[in-house]
Amino acid sequence: MQKLKSIGQFFFGDSARAFGSCSIILLVLLAVAPAKDFFSQWRHYQKRYLHVIRGRADAVTLERHFQPGVQQIWIPEQQVTDRCTTCHLGLKEASLADVSAVAFRKHPVIPHTLTEFGCTTCHRGQGAATTLREAHNATEQWEQPLLPAKFIEAGCGQCHLEKQAATPFLNQGRELIANHGCTHCHTIKQGDGTYLTPTDDPPPLTHIADKTTREWIYAWIKDPQAYASTATMPNYHFSDDDARDVSAFVISQSTPLTPPIQPINTTAKAPADPAAGTTLYGQSFCASCHATQNAAGTLVGGTVGPELTGIGTKAKPEWLQDWVANPDHYDPKTMMPHYRFDANQVATLVGFLESKTEPDFVANVHLEPATAQQIEHGKRLVMENGCAACHEINGLKKPENFAPDLSRIGSKPLNQVLFVPGVEHTLPDYVGAKVRNPRVFGPLLKMPQFKLAPQEVDAVTTALLALTDRAQTEPPAMRISALQQTKYEPAGHAGQLMKDLRCFSCHSINGHGGDMAPDLTWEGTAVQRDWLVQFLKNPETLRPALIRRMPKFNLDDSDINTLTDYIMTVYQTPEFERDSLSVSDFTPAQIEQGRQLFYSKFACQSCHIADYSKDKGYIGPALAGTGARLNAAWVYHWLQNPQALRPGTVEPNQHMAEDEARSLTAFLMSLKSGGAKQAVKK
Amino acid sequence: MALLLVTSACSRKSAQLPALKATATGTAIVESSGGKQIGHIGMPLDQPIVVQVNDASGTAVAGAAVYISGPAGVSFTPASALTDSSGQVTSVVTLGQQNGRYKLVSNTRDSSGKNVQVVLEEIALGYQQTLGEQLNNKYCIRCHDSESTPERVSNMDNLSVKPHAFAEGDVLNKMSDADLVAIITHGGAALNKSPEMPPWGYTLSKSDIAALVSYIRAVADPPYQAGGLVYAQK
Repeated sequence: MQKLKSIGQFFFGDSARAFGSCSIILLVLLAVAPAKDFFSQWRHYQKRYLHVIRGRADAVTLERHFQPGVQQIWIPEQQVTDRCTTCHLGLKEASLADVSAVAFRKHPVIPHTLTEFGCTTCHRGQGAATTLREAHNATEQWEQPLLPAKFIEAGCGQCHLEKQAATPFLNQGRELIANHGCTHCHTIKQGDGTYLTPTDDPPPLTHIADKTTREWIYAWIKDPQAYASTATMPNYHFSDDDARDVSAFVISQSTPLTPPIQPINTTAKAPADPAAGTTLYGQSFCASCHATQNAAGTLVGGTVGPELTGIGTKAKPEWLQDWVANPDHYDPKTMMPHYRFDANQVATLVGFLESKTEPDFVANVHLEPATAQQIEHGKRLVMENGCAACHEINGLKKPENFAPDLSRIGSKPLNQVLFVPGVEHTLPDYVGAKVRNPRVFGPLLKMPQFKLAPQEVDAVTTALLALTDRAQTEPPAMRISALQQTKYEPAGHAGQLMKDLRCFSCHSINGHGGDMAPDLTWEGTAVQRDWLVQFLKNPETLRPALIRRMPKFNLDDSDINTLTDYIMTVYQTPEFERDSLSVSDFTPAQIEQGRQLFYSKFACQSCHIADYSKDKGYIGPALAGTGARLNAAWVYHWLQNPQALRPGTVEPNQHMAEDEARSLTAFLMSLKSGGAKQAVKK
Repeated sequence: MALLLVTSACSRKSAQLPALKATATGTAIVESSGGKQIGHIGMPLDQPIVVQVNDASGTAVAGAAVYISGPAGVSFTPASALTDSSGQVTSVVTLGQQNGRYKLVSNTRDSSGKNVQVVLEEIALGYQQTLGEQLNNKYCIRCHDSESTPERVSNMDNLSVKPHAFAEGDVLNKMSDADLVAIITHGGAALNKSPEMPPWGYTLSKSDIAALVSYIRAVADPPYQAGGLVYAQK
């Protein structure tokens, strides 16, 4: 105490001492502000940067580019105020691509410039901050943390609503959202006003009792992936009792189809050969859409339709017979075409499909007849879980706005998020955890668990994180919309036929349809009528290495004529006249020159087959029968610019001179030998 | 300072390596699988890395402690473990935020406490290389890759002059970026090579072709060393 008093005496003993001491304190306080600035973090980075570049060969250039002080990119219309370049000084310096200090490295090549877009537009983070912690993410509950590299394509997805080659994970995420039917329940409105639409095809349950048994439904809703590993139906983790009641309700709501499903046709004879079913299944190219497990346990086939490994356990034989004969009868919205099978063929296929069973799947399911109480409870469960959002169920309406709107999920404020132990307090972690298994956030949550691989969870998370406030509010000029499907429908009897054959499940015409098979918008200009007739009768493949092929629909002559007439008349390009080039005008010299061009200058044989005895090119369609298949004018124009006639085609534009294209056309049109059949077989 | 800060910021989440009580020691550590994969920045590799600890006679050792480490930003699940009954440690690798090559080091100690290690190298593709990879998958791979898959039959055997696989660093590293761009743009014939390589300059954009070159450089084995900028002497 005595000592303290003496110190006080020393500094503030008399007025002169007090004045002196106060002045010193004031001076020190005044120095704090400039000192804080002097010792700020960004200055250390700038000093460090100068140190890093000093030893380099191009130090002079780099030093000339260096500007001291806080740097800022200001783009008011995008709400960008980014000071990231204060520390990240080498972003534009080509020679710093390999510098070991990551902070000073050149930005990897992207199609955008810093000055146009800033940094936070794609990377998030807090642009105006000048300390590392505040700019990046260091604190928990930070609203705008830096986007982890894993999800960086979410940055692209804010403006790029279209499918870009450079963003495969974003594309995959959007596809998964579409084909897992997320938007049956959730609304996702994109910045350009379009809605994400589901591409899955949940079957209607209106006549489900015609199709399968209550036991199968019970086992299915308990664990859909136990029946088919590729099933997109999620798992609701129903208890045994709940599954019993849901299956009871679904069956109770089912009404018989009108006209009713016929009993098994006993007069139809399946061939005695046990392999006949396999053969017909193969010939009909069912595997282009449906997968089955082979003996080794690997799935073989497409993912357009459901997996058929256990179809015999699932579907009743009468229903299979009805479905194979004409799927439209049971489900008018199905993507499956109406094959014109005769009764014997139907019997053969039904026999084949019936033999594909998974008896274990329903072996332990024993259900007592349902009571009214159970059905009532089942109805409550079905309504609570929103089953009718995906499936059509008699007596239930599709629920509106059943699940939260996800249009701005990528900017969801963290204070609105309820975290659970084990999930890091960041938005990507929250979204990822929710996609992986929603029930970790509470056993009573309605959202079911989808079966997604870890990489798929990340992809979906990427696509969801792209749905930000920025994506909704940015200037429209920045947005690139996705190609929307048009509402094109062909007219008349031919239109009916094309609908019945489900041409649009695989082919696209005038911007409407699938992408599994060639676009047919200008097919009438491309091919010759006689060839088209033959092709529809018996679709020979043009590409030896292709797995997915056009099925044989067993069309009759009048249907084929109707279709062919329509295609030849309507699907014509306006760019040139289909008869503008006549084959008879080609001279033998031209044909010979074309042959030279084909085999030497353009080496077309590397991808195409003109002569089955010597060419082996596997990539493009075989050209051995071009003269009998294609139109001369089409070939001529195609050769000069393939992408103009079919955007996205792999064939390179060779920038061929007109006379070269003419000679090559002459040569290709001289190839008339269909000889494909024998050659492919050997 | 800067490096330290960045490193600490990146590795903030990676757990401290717990000290493992090894029940055995080996004399060598070797790669079992998982090296030379092509992944993407910030993402897990398709296959985990598997390393094996052997004793002097080459027999796998169970219970040896293995510690795996890599450059800043790379994470391992787990980063340290005892070898299992087959003498192996399997770890899922998530690559860092920078494109390029990642050297992953697996360490173990022998009975005398001496450290032995094996280095696995992985490739992380960034934006531009990913675009190149996608273009490769659409346009190039069917001739430039001899492997066939059920979805994609290789066309390499059908060509009279066999194309170089993009990983063939021995050949492709000797070519400059300008050479590669010229061949892709103008085709083989224009450069006195096989006309079976068509010109892509009218189909792909300049930035597409640059992306392809950057992909080819990224996957080269042995790795491609850029010539770097040459400046006139002061």
